[in-house]
Amino acid sequence: MTDLYIARGQRLAARTLATETVILKADDSGLYVLNEVGTLLWGAADGVTPLATIVERLICPRFEVDVASACDDAVEFVRALGDHAILTVSDRPITGEATPPASAGAAS
Amino acid sequence: MIVSPAVDVVVDVGDIAVRFLTTDPELSGLLQRRYAGFLNPTASSAFEFDVSIVPPGRFRVDADLEVRVSGGRWSLERGDFRAEWDPVARRGWIQQTVNPYSADSVLRIVHTLLLASRGGFLLHASSGIRAGRAFVFTGPSGAGKTTMARLAPRDVTLLSDEISYVRKVGDTYVAFGTPFAGELGTAGERVSAPIHAIYELAWGDAHRIDRLSATDAVRALMKNILFFVDDRELSGRVFETACRVAQSLPVYRLTFAPDAGVWDAVA
Repeated sequence: MTDLYIARGQRLAARTLATETVILKADDSGLYVLNEVGTLLWGAADGVTPLATIVERLICPRFEVDVASACDDAVEFVRALGDHAILTVSDRPITGEATPPASAGAAS
Repeated sequence: MIVSPAVDVVVDVGDIAVRFLTTDPELSGLLQRRYAGFLNPTASSAFEFDVSIVPPGRFRVDADLEVRVSGGRWSLERGDFRAEWDPVARRGWIQQTVNPYSADSVLRIVHTLLLASRGGFLLHASSGIRAGRAFVFTGPSGAGKTTMARLAPRDVTLLSDEISYVRKVGDTYVAFGTPFAGELGTAGERVSAPIHAIYELAWGDAHRIDRLSATDAVRALMKNILFFVDDRELSGRVFETACRVAQSLPVYRLTFAPDAGVWDAVA
C-alpha cells in the first residue's frame, strides 16, 4: 500500500462518547458518527503517522485482523471520510493547518 | 391625539425574563392574555424590546422567517413582523402588526440564543412532570408529541405539548414549562423539575423502550433542537450541550401505541 497520511478536517466539532465519535460539520451542520474503528483512526489522525502504521499499531491488535486486509478497509474508510471533508487524506505528511484536537469541544 | 402610556409585559420562561414595551393597548392586552401564566412584572429582564405597531401590508405577507446575524446584531423578518436586537446590549425593537404571534417568534429565537450560552436548548418535544420528575418526549411533527400530552394522566403537570425548555441548573438538567403551545393549543404550566429521561418518539403497535447509545442520543437531540440561524459559534455550543446531555441523562427510543398505558410504561 502506498503510504497515506490522514489529518482531521477543519471547521469540525467532535466529541468522543464511549467508543464512538460524533462530529458536527460547521459548514452544513451535518452530523457524522464514527464507530470504534473510525474513532481509533480519528484519534490517531495527526497528519504525520502513516495510515499503515496506525492500522498496524491500533486496529490489528484490537480486532485480530491481518494487516493487509485491515489496511485495504482503512484506505476505503478514510477516503470516504475524505469525500465528506471529515478527514484530509494525502500521500505525503500533512503539516501546517492540520489538525485540531481529537475531541475538540467547539468547532475548530 | 392621546398617546397611551407605555406598558411593560414581562414574560418569564425558564426563569429568564424578556420585557416587551409597547404603547399599544390592544397588543399589550393580547400579550398579557397569551402569556398569562408566564407574566412576572418584577423580574429583572435578560432582554428588552420596544414594540411598535405597523399597519398590515407593510411586510411581504408570503415571506418565510429570515434570521440574519450581521455586525453582531440579529435581525428577523417575516410576513407579520421585523425585529432587530443587539445581544450585547440586550435590547432591541420589533415592528409588527397587532397579533400575538410575532412576539412569540421573537421570544423563541431569543431563548435559543440565551440558552445556547447557558448550557440549554429549546427542543421539539412535549414534556410533563410526574412525581417530581420531568419526562421529555421529542420528535418532529407527527411523531406523537401532542398525543403524549393528550394521554397524560391527571397527576401529570404539562410543561408543553410542542416546545420544551431544557437547561442546566447547578449540576442538574431541568425542564421548564413554556407558553409555546402546539396542536393542543394549551400553554404549559410555569413550573420546572429535574429531567428523569428523554424519549425519542416512534409509533408502534405496542409500548417498547430501548436505551439509545450516547451517539444516537446526540443525533436524536440535534435533529430536534430548535435552531434558527447558520451561526458557527452557536451551533458549536448547541452541539456541545447535546453531547453533555447525552452523557448525563438517559435517552430512550419510545415506541408506543396511542393509549394511556404509555405513561405508566415510562413513569
